Amino acid sequence: MRLEYFLLIDRIAELRLDERTIRADATVPDTSTIFEGHFPGYPLMPGVLLIETMNQASGWLLIALTKFTRMPFFAAVKEAKLRSFVTPGQKLSVSASIKHEGSGYAMTSAEIRHDGKVVCNADLTFRMVEFPSPDFRASMEKVAAEIQFPMEALGHG
Amino acid sequence: MSSTFDTVANIISETCDIEREKITPESHAIDDLGIDSLDFLDIAFAIDKAFGIKLPLEQWTQEVNDGKASTEQYFVLKNLTARIDELIAAKSAPA
Repeated sequence: MRLEYFLLIDRIAELRLDERTIRADATVPDTSTIFEGHFPGYPLMPGVLLIETMNQASGWLLIALTKFTRMPFFAAVKEAKLRSFVTPGQKLSVSASIKHEGSGYAMTSAEIRHDGKVVCNADLTFRMVEFPSPDFRASMEKVAAEIQFPMEALGHG
Repeated sequence: MSSTFDTVANIISETCDIEREKITPESHAIDDLGIDSLDFLDIAFAIDKAFGIKLPLEQWTQEVNDGKASTEQYFVLKNLTARIDELIAAKSAPA
């Protein structure tokens, strides 16, 4: 996780277009200014950032399913449950699956596990729109390369 | 009115917490019932699931934005219901 850049996914570990699922790795950094305030002497990964981590995993799944023709924008979160504290240094496994692909929107179910145990989960809604600009799309492709998004898999979906 | 309307009205009532009696075939989902675009996604999801269709919201929005259609054509409930019936019929028609 690069909290300062809001990049919360480290690596796409598995993308299954046939099953419409994704799994990604994310390690909470050992240090961050965020932990200085949240909380002093008792650092905890903020729940909103865990939800955003699930958003980003879901987003990459949706980008894959639409073959980089649509950009998902977070629109709603439901049934978010923060089940355990997440602390600096923990290695997280983030997974998401498609709940519904509508016209111009999509819904996913996502969860984060640590040591096999679910630490949080949520149902997420996204508006699916065309990329606002070629530069925007190029910036997303750059991030995709950094997190080992399997671009080659899109041709076989 | 058709059972399609009843299903849609019940979905709207439950999704948006609107009294069922206030929802009529003449109601405009946006102007009369005050449903915004985000709430309408939940309604669309429930309609898609209930009828096994995919409401073409992107196309409808584009048509309205381009001035090729009015919101009344898609968001007055009797018209929305008619569109849903058309989508159901198209789904069950032989290819």
